[in-house]
Amino acid sequence: MNRGPGGTWYDDEAGPVVRPYAMTRGRTRPVQDLDVVALILAVQDSVPVGGGFEPEHVHILESARRPISIAELAAHLDLPLGVVRVLIDDLVGAGCVVVRPAPTTAELQSRRLLEAVIDGLRAI
Amino acid sequence: MDFGRSEQPGGVEVPLALKILIAGGFGAGKTTMVGALSEIPTLSTEEVLSDAGIGIDDVTAIDRKETTTVAMDFGRITLKDDLVVYLFGTPGQDRFWFLWDELASGALGAVVLADTRRLTDCFPSVDYFERHGTPFIVAVNCFHSVQPHSVAEIAAALDLDPGVPVVLCDARDRLSSRDALVRLVQHVLHRTVAAR
Repeated sequence: MNRGPGGTWYDDEAGPVVRPYAMTRGRTRPVQDLDVVALILAVQDSVPVGGGFEPEHVHILESARRPISIAELAAHLDLPLGVVRVLIDDLVGAGCVVVRPAPTTAELQSRRLLEAVIDGLRAI
Repeated sequence: MDFGRSEQPGGVEVPLALKILIAGGFGAGKTTMVGALSEIPTLSTEEVLSDAGIGIDDVTAIDRKETTTVAMDFGRITLKDDLVVYLFGTPGQDRFWFLWDELASGALGAVVLADTRRLTDCFPSVDYFERHGTPFIVAVNCFHSVQPHSVAEIAAALDLDPGVPVVLCDARDRLSSRDALVRLVQHVLHRTVAAR
C-alpha cells in the first residue's frame, strides 16, 4: 500500500483521478439497453472532429475493429459496464459503430442453434 | 452454418454471442471452471451500483448515497467463426440480485456448481434460476475425485424438479467442465422440444 504519513492514499490506492461517470457527463443510462454479450463493430476509422468525444470513445473504436463484446470492452478499458454502455451509445449515434444485440429468447430456442452449440463444445 | 450477420451491406460478419452462467456458492469453483474452459485469460468487468440498485429505497439515504462495485469474472469459447459462447461467473453475494437479473436475462442457461461439504451454499442459485425459469443443471464439483454421495442423493437433498440434471465434474478439468456445459445445452434442447 502506498500510504503517506497522514494516512493519505497515493497512486492506484487513491482511486481513479476521474470519477467513472464524469466521462459520460453524468449520464448513467444509454438509450438502448445493451447486453454484456452484445457485439460491437467499428464501421468508421475515427470519431467526428468536434463532436465532444473523449479518448475513451477513440479507444473503443480502435478496440472494435473486429467484433468485440461489451463485457470485453469494459474489461480492457477498465471501466464499469454502465459507463461503456453510454460511450457506445454515443458512437452508435454518430454512426461510428454497429451493434449486434444478444439473441432473443426465441432465437435461443432454435434447435439448429442448440445443436450447433453442442457440436461446437464437443469439438473443443 | 450461418449464425454470423453483416450489420451493413458488404461489412464484416459479426458472430452470434451466447451467454452461459456459472453459479454456486463461494468457493464452489466458479472462477476455476470459467478459467478451465476459457480460450482467453479470465477477464473481470465491474458494475458500479448505487444504493438504489441494491434495494435500499429509503429516501432519507439520498444525501449519503454510496456506491458499491461488483466484479464479474468471465471467459470466452469460440465454437465457430460465427458462434461464440461467453461464460460468466455470477457475483457471489446474494444481495446483488440486480446484477443476476441482468446476467440471467437472455442467458442460454446456467451451471450451478455444488460442493457437497456445503450443499446449502448453492440453494440461493437453484432458487433463483427456478423462479426465473432459467434452464440449469447442477454440477457437483469433485475436488478430490471422491464423491461420497450419489447423484440421486444430491438431487433429493436439493429437492430439484424431476428432469433437472445433476452431474459430477471436476471444475479444474477442461473436458470434465466441457461435458457439464454439453449436458446443460442438451437439457435446454430437451426443454425446448418438450415445450412445442
